[in-house]
Amino acid sequence: MPVSSNIKRGVVALLLTSLLLLAAACSGNQGGGTAGVVRLQGAGATFPNPLYQKWLSEYGKLNQSVRIDYQSIGSGGGIKQIQEQTVDFGASDAPMKDDDLKKASADILHIPTVLGAVVLTYNLSGVQQPLRFSPETIADIFLGKIKRWDDDKIKADNPGVALPNADVTVVHRSDGSGTSAVFTDYLQKVSPEWKEKVGTGTSPQWPVGIGGKGNEGVTGQIKQTPNTIGYVELAYAVQNKLPVSFIKNSSGSFIEPSLDAVTAAAAESVQTTPEDLRVSITNAAGAQAYPISSYTYILVYKEQRDAAKGKALADFLWWAIHDGEKFARDLQYAPLPAGIVKRAEAKINSITSGGKPLRQ
Amino acid sequence: MATNIEPKRPSPADEYGARARSFNWRRMLSATGSTGDAVFRLILLGSVLLILAIIAMMIYQMAANSALSLKQFGFGFLKGRTWNPIRGEFGALPFIYGTVVSSIIALIIAVPLSLGIAIFLVEQAPRRAARPIAFLVELLAAIPSVVYGLWGIFVLAPFLRVHVEPFLARWLGWLPLFQGTITGIGLFTGGVILAIMITPIISAVVRDVLAAVPVSQREAALALGATKWETTRVVLANAASGIAGAIILGLGRAIGETMAVTMVIGNRPQISASLFEPSYTIASVIANEFTEATEDLYLSALVEIGLILFLVTFIINGIAKLLVWSVTRGTSGTARAT
Repeated sequence: MPVSSNIKRGVVALLLTSLLLLAAACSGNQGGGTAGVVRLQGAGATFPNPLYQKWLSEYGKLNQSVRIDYQSIGSGGGIKQIQEQTVDFGASDAPMKDDDLKKASADILHIPTVLGAVVLTYNLSGVQQPLRFSPETIADIFLGKIKRWDDDKIKADNPGVALPNADVTVVHRSDGSGTSAVFTDYLQKVSPEWKEKVGTGTSPQWPVGIGGKGNEGVTGQIKQTPNTIGYVELAYAVQNKLPVSFIKNSSGSFIEPSLDAVTAAAAESVQTTPEDLRVSITNAAGAQAYPISSYTYILVYKEQRDAAKGKALADFLWWAIHDGEKFARDLQYAPLPAGIVKRAEAKINSITSGGKPLRQ
Repeated sequence: MATNIEPKRPSPADEYGARARSFNWRRMLSATGSTGDAVFRLILLGSVLLILAIIAMMIYQMAANSALSLKQFGFGFLKGRTWNPIRGEFGALPFIYGTVVSSIIALIIAVPLSLGIAIFLVEQAPRRAARPIAFLVELLAAIPSVVYGLWGIFVLAPFLRVHVEPFLARWLGWLPLFQGTITGIGLFTGGVILAIMITPIISAVVRDVLAAVPVSQREAALALGATKWETTRVVLANAASGIAGAIILGLGRAIGETMAVTMVIGNRPQISASLFEPSYTIASVIANEFTEATEDLYLSALVEIGLILFLVTFIINGIAKLLVWSVTRGTSGTARAT
C-alpha cells in the first residue's frame, strides 16, 4: 500500500513541521516578551527561604521589570555557586570563611538580611514550667557528661522543678545545617572543653545522641521519645508550639527566646561588628540578649559585570533591608537592629559596575 | 508500517545503493536485510549503549571527584571509624556496616513475609479475594519514601519502643544484639521500615513467578497424592531462581533507600553490637551532608562514599547471583523473574 503509506508520511512530516514552527514561534515570543525584564538568580541557605520567597513575590508585585528566583539548596551550595559565578547572589547562614573568600575571583560583600535563633526544646512529662539552663549545663549535656535528668547541675538551674530520675537522650540535627553551626559556635564560646573536643561546623561529630533529619526530624523524635532534649530553629519551635528553655546569657539573666531578645543580641553587638559585617553574635553581651542568635546573609560581588543586573540587585537588597523587614516578624524572623541596617546600607551603596556606583 | 511486513522487493535505488557501497548496513544489522529490522536493532543497541555510557560516566565522575580523598586516605578510608568534618577526618566503615546490617534485617523480615503473601495469593486465596489483596500490597510500593519516614517517626518507632523492643530485650536480651537503651530510634527500626518498603516489591515479583509455574506441575504433584503443602513445595522449587531474583530486586531497593531510613536510624556513625543503638547508612549520610559541605576534602570524601555504595551494591549483587546459581544448579528453572 504505497499510496496510504505516502499519505501517512506526509501527515507525519506536516505535524513535525508545524511542531517545529510552533516551538520557534514560542521561543521567539519569549525572547521578545522578556527583553525588558531583568532576571536574577539566587541560591543558598534553606533557613531564610520562606522569607525570601515572600520577598520575591512582594517585590515582583512592586517592580514588574525585575524577575528574581531563589533556590534553597543549602548554605554550602550557595557559597559554592557564588564562588563559581553561576548565580547572581548567594545566601548563607554563617559568614564565609577567609579561605572561601580567597577562592572567589573578586570581592564578595556580606549583606545581613534577618536574624534567627536556636532554641532548646525537650520532652519531659510532668514538667510544666519552662526549664532553665546555664551555658555549662548545656555543654555538659551535649558532651554526654550529664547523663541523668535529676543531675545536680540541672537541679541547680531549676529549683523546685520535679525532674525525673531518667536518662537524658540527646537529639541533634543529622543533616548539615546552619542551625547546628550556630549552636556549636555558641557551645565552643561557653565551654573550652567543647572547643577542644568538638569545635564548630555544620556537621560536627556529636559526642552523644541520635540524629534527626531537619527541624521536623528532630522535633518528631523529641515528641515521640520521652526524656529527650534537642535544638531547633526558633521559628520552627514557635510555629509548632514546642516547649522552649530559658537560657542564661553572659549577663547572668535567664532569657526566654523571642524575636525581640534576638534583635537585642544583634543591637548589643553593633559596636563590635567588624567592617565587613562577618560576625558571630552568639553569647552576646547585654541584659536582654538571647545568647544563641545569628545573622543570615546574602552574598554578592562588589563589582557587578552587568550594570543592569547589578542595579536591579542593589535596588532589591535596599528594598529588602528596609520595606522587606516588615514581613520578617510574621514569619518568625527577627528584624535587623537600626545600627546594622545603616551599616548594610553602606555596603549596598558600595556595589559598583565598571567602577561606577550603581545606586546614586 | 505496512512496507516493513511485505517481503523485500529490491527497488532500483536499493540495488544501486548496495553496489555503490562496499557493505550493506542493513545486512550488517539484521539477518533478513530488512530496513525495519535494522532500524529496530539500532534502537535497541542504542538503548543498551546509552545505559552503559551513563554507568561509565558516573563511575568516572565519582572517581575523578573523589581523587582528593582517595589520595589523602587511601585504603584507610574503608577501615576508618571516624567521621569528623570539622577536623577533616573521614572513614567509611560505620556507614558500610549500617547499610549492610539494616539491609540484612530488612531481608530477614521481608522475605518470609513476602513469600507467605505470594503463596497465599497464588495457591490458596479465592480469585475474587486475591485481586484486591494484591492491589493493596502493590499500593504500598507507590507510597513516597519520605512518607514512610515520617510514619516511621510518629507511628512505627513509638510502637517498637513500647511493644516490640522491650519484648526482644526481655527474651533475647542475653544476646548482645538486643541490649542497651531502648529509644525506638536505631538500626532495628531502620531495618523494620526497610522491610515494610521492600515487601510489596518482593511479593509482587514472587507472585508473578509462582503464577508462571505450569499448572501441570501442580496437577502432577496432586495426582501423586501430595498434600497442599507438598504441592506448594514443588512449585517453590520450580520457581527458586525467580524468587531469588525477586529478593535481589528488594535488596537493591533496601541498600539505596535514603529518606525513610535516615528518619528512624538515628544517624550516628558508630559500630555497635546492639541493634537498638543508632547507626547510619551510606545513602543517608550523602543526602544529609552533601548540601552543606563546602571544604574540598569533605566533598571529596562524600563522593568517595558514594563510590563505595556503588561497590557495595556490586559485591552484594554478585554474592546474591552466586547464591542463586548454587541453589538453582540442580533444578531446571521454569519460571524466572530476572
